[in-house]
Amino acid sequence: MSFSKDFDQGTPVVSNPERVTVTIDGRSISVPKGTSVMAAAAQLGTSIPKLCATDMVKAFGSCRLCLVEIDGRRGTPASCTTPAEEGMVVHTQTDRLQKLRRGVMELYISDHPLDCLTCSANGDCELQDMAGAVGLRDVRYGHDGQQHRTEPKDESNPYFTFDSSKCIVCSRCVRACEEVQGTFALTIEGRGFGSKVATGAKDFLSSECVSCGACVQACPTATLNEKSVIQLGTPTGVVETTCAYCGVGCGFRAETQGDRVVRMVPSKRGKANEGHSCVKGRFAWGYANHQDRVTKPMIRARITDPWREVTWAEAFTHTANELQRLQAKYGKDSIGGITSSRCTNEEVFLVQKLVRGGFGNNNVDTCARVCHSPTGYGLKQTFGTSAGTQDFKSVAKADVVLVIGANPTDAHPVFASRLKRRLREGAKLIVADPRRIDLVRSPHIEAAHHLALMPGTNVALINALAHVIVTEGLVKTDAVKERCEPADFESWARFIANPINSPEQMEQHTGVPASEVRAAARLYATANNAAIYYGLGVTEHSQGSTMVMGMANLAMATGNLGRDGVGVNPLRGQNNVQGSCDMGSFPHELAGYRHVSDDATRELFEGLWGVSLSSEPGLRIPNMLDEAVEGRFKGLYVQGEDIAQSDPNTQHVVKGLEAMECVIVHDLFLNETAKYAHVFFPGSSFLEKDGTFTNAERRISRVRQVMRPLTGLADWEVTLGLANALGMNLKYSHPSEVMDEIARLTPTFAGVSYAKLDQLGSVQWPCNEKAPTGTPIMHVDRFVRGKGRFMLTEFIPTEERTGPKFPLLLTTGRILSQYNVGAQTARTANVAWHDEDVLEVHPFDAENRGVKTGDLVSLESRAGETTLRAVVTERVQPGVVYTTFHHAKTNANVVTTEFSDWATNCPEYKVTAVQVSRAAGPSAFQKEDRRRDVALRQVEAPHATR
Amino acid sequence: METTKLVHMVNQIALAFRLQPKDEAVSQTVEHLRAFWSPQMRQELLAYVASGGAGLEPLAKEAAAKLSA
Repeated sequence: MSFSKDFDQGTPVVSNPERVTVTIDGRSISVPKGTSVMAAAAQLGTSIPKLCATDMVKAFGSCRLCLVEIDGRRGTPASCTTPAEEGMVVHTQTDRLQKLRRGVMELYISDHPLDCLTCSANGDCELQDMAGAVGLRDVRYGHDGQQHRTEPKDESNPYFTFDSSKCIVCSRCVRACEEVQGTFALTIEGRGFGSKVATGAKDFLSSECVSCGACVQACPTATLNEKSVIQLGTPTGVVETTCAYCGVGCGFRAETQGDRVVRMVPSKRGKANEGHSCVKGRFAWGYANHQDRVTKPMIRARITDPWREVTWAEAFTHTANELQRLQAKYGKDSIGGITSSRCTNEEVFLVQKLVRGGFGNNNVDTCARVCHSPTGYGLKQTFGTSAGTQDFKSVAKADVVLVIGANPTDAHPVFASRLKRRLREGAKLIVADPRRIDLVRSPHIEAAHHLALMPGTNVALINALAHVIVTEGLVKTDAVKERCEPADFESWARFIANPINSPEQMEQHTGVPASEVRAAARLYATANNAAIYYGLGVTEHSQGSTMVMGMANLAMATGNLGRDGVGVNPLRGQNNVQGSCDMGSFPHELAGYRHVSDDATRELFEGLWGVSLSSEPGLRIPNMLDEAVEGRFKGLYVQGEDIAQSDPNTQHVVKGLEAMECVIVHDLFLNETAKYAHVFFPGSSFLEKDGTFTNAERRISRVRQVMRPLTGLADWEVTLGLANALGMNLKYSHPSEVMDEIARLTPTFAGVSYAKLDQLGSVQWPCNEKAPTGTPIMHVDRFVRGKGRFMLTEFIPTEERTGPKFPLLLTTGRILSQYNVGAQTARTANVAWHDEDVLEVHPFDAENRGVKTGDLVSLESRAGETTLRAVVTERVQPGVVYTTFHHAKTNANVVTTEFSDWATNCPEYKVTAVQVSRAAGPSAFQKEDRRRDVALRQVEAPHATR
Repeated sequence: METTKLVHMVNQIALAFRLQPKDEAVSQTVEHLRAFWSPQMRQELLAYVASGGAGLEPLAKEAAAKLSA
């Protein structure tokens, strides 16, 4: 697609049912009341010259370029700060205005380097455009006076430069950092002529800047410019696509030269992000061309053999033969597959189809098993469907926000910016988290309550909150009577009112003062709109599903469902967690969350696929590994996941993989799991294929091909190749045809097609005859299951306990610059912020162990041991340590255990009893793993004929 | 699958339903096992119950025994 810039109307879009009509340069337009004259003119197609205005941020009125004349008014007001009023008559082009604007531009240019032809923003510079627009022909003020043209350039940030000499001090960057991102990392330092943009630190890299890119996007000159643009030049093409990182699912413009990406710019049309981004989506896309990419399929007989490159045809035939051999020898159920939340809906759908139709069993699971499977279970039990209730923009109407077990500023940063905006407007925040996450206190944000509970006590906390609501008469009885099953409510209310659930009783478990819990409960229950947002700190527990149901109970009891500003909202970890679950990736469910035992559903699929499907649930990921260790499970197709790093108790995972005879890894890189694989299918990045992702708000968005697959095949074509080698005879010529099949088979997707997505940008399921343009908010008049169902949520402490040998509790999480197992981000310049996992230790525990920040420490549990650097910090409470799992060299999951959620087997990553001590070097596991890194990743020299 | 793991898992499930009236707790445990456990896992559990079912919570044992029905 040829390059065109996003339309910028100069000031933010206003929503107001009341409208006013203005006349601008003789033409009339009706706009929502509150719209600026500048934006009204832009909507008429009239671009009023501007420099400090952009619709990303509120009007500022500093550049004095957007002056207009208004009949009946004196002077020349700035059009950006002047609201359009009924009957107003505006003139945007007069001799007087031209003279004024030219004078303003002359002053700007008098202190600006005149290197336009060699400037990196040449052709993409608003200053340059405005000089042309006002007809500037010369500058009368010489260049010998005081000036900024020799200011040094800050190149510390790996992705963009700050060239102060080109700065016009329009404050767009400062305002973007405040209003859009909410970090307040930038300021204007000095006064008058000495004013300049500053970070408050020696440079951008060492400042509070989170590299979201909002300032770069806002900058009208080359002052803040992407290094990729400086290196490659300005883009000439653009493709609208969807980010492949977290569950926010931001819309992006991939700006290109040919099929080379020059930069990724957040799209204003992206309804999840509305023009904002984070450091990962905006900048960390270089992994797509990283030298570690494997581009040829490879096979080997034993994992100790070197890999041998083969053609795709040979790879498919060999793999199909192997899988058929295993089934002939060990039985139909001896093989299975794992789908990936990093892959598109269409790819995931094809893998589960391959397993169910080609392998002939239901041994398919997805990586959501180890993150949000309890969300699926809990929300289905209570509300009737396995998905969050709101769209992201709903948070703008919330009065109280309860964030539980989530760290949005790190893991879902673009949603966090929306949330912080609402908090700055006055909404109250309750944070329930063992750690003092940034949201607890950051610029202009302070949580009303930080419920710093001990890991593993979520259900105790949610029951205590509910106890206060029930016993203090805060239940919204009308809402409950109208919308919920009365008997279930009565039973729940009796249970929860029992003093064993009181904050005072639960304090012994949670460690949270009862008074704090009571105050938080009252705040949540008495808000007009109270919303719950939660993450893996809820789900990854032995009572993960119970906790999800506990939150649903709380929302139902307080009437906080079915409208803007409320709801129960899972913040999904990876980009397509929701989609991979929707697509029938779980071993017990077909697409659309219909159980495999449902005859009518199965017949529907059987009719279209022409195969017989099993009515019995298959194996979950941990079950597959257990069965492998037992010698019964022999073959596994792993699509885009790295279970040897991401799944708990690495040594058990490895043992399972080593026991299999055909492990097929389909990935961009030879990841940790590939060390134990026999077939490697090289994967394609999100830039190389077409498809769709479904984000945490159930929003289905297009992924569009930007560059050709480096491997020659997009991932969906690889699965197709294997399926057809197994004799399935699948015929698709484009992923849109897979989506058409999904729509035919899945009631909630019945109205989804690529044509509709192209037309609307994105849709939120259910999208069908009843809701042709999708469903932003669920359960508006009734729950999907009819009446809401309260569930009993007894607190049952985890069996993972501290003791003399392992006296501390480890909890794990994520940080902003890295993503999941680091396969992508660890191969980008994001390592500038985080190149190794570190262990946060409270000063009390550190002192007891003689540990200082920077020390190498051993982290040991009953499952295993690793070593990593310590950071001594009060972010964690005494008795609790914290780390991330982003880097293979640490592999934090060596330490995590196999305890898991009772309902779903989602691992209990968040609670592991450990000991920490000073270490002299790598653990035995790490030493062996490093040896295997070399020994099990050898690649034979390619054959000349291949 | 390792017996200890099976026992642990089914006990967890039974505990999650133990506040329900007993018949309901048993039937929900059974329903859960049928909905989410593979036939092989259920058979192994049945066999374990037949061999005495040591370590199983009473509710889990009762539910497991009904899997054959």
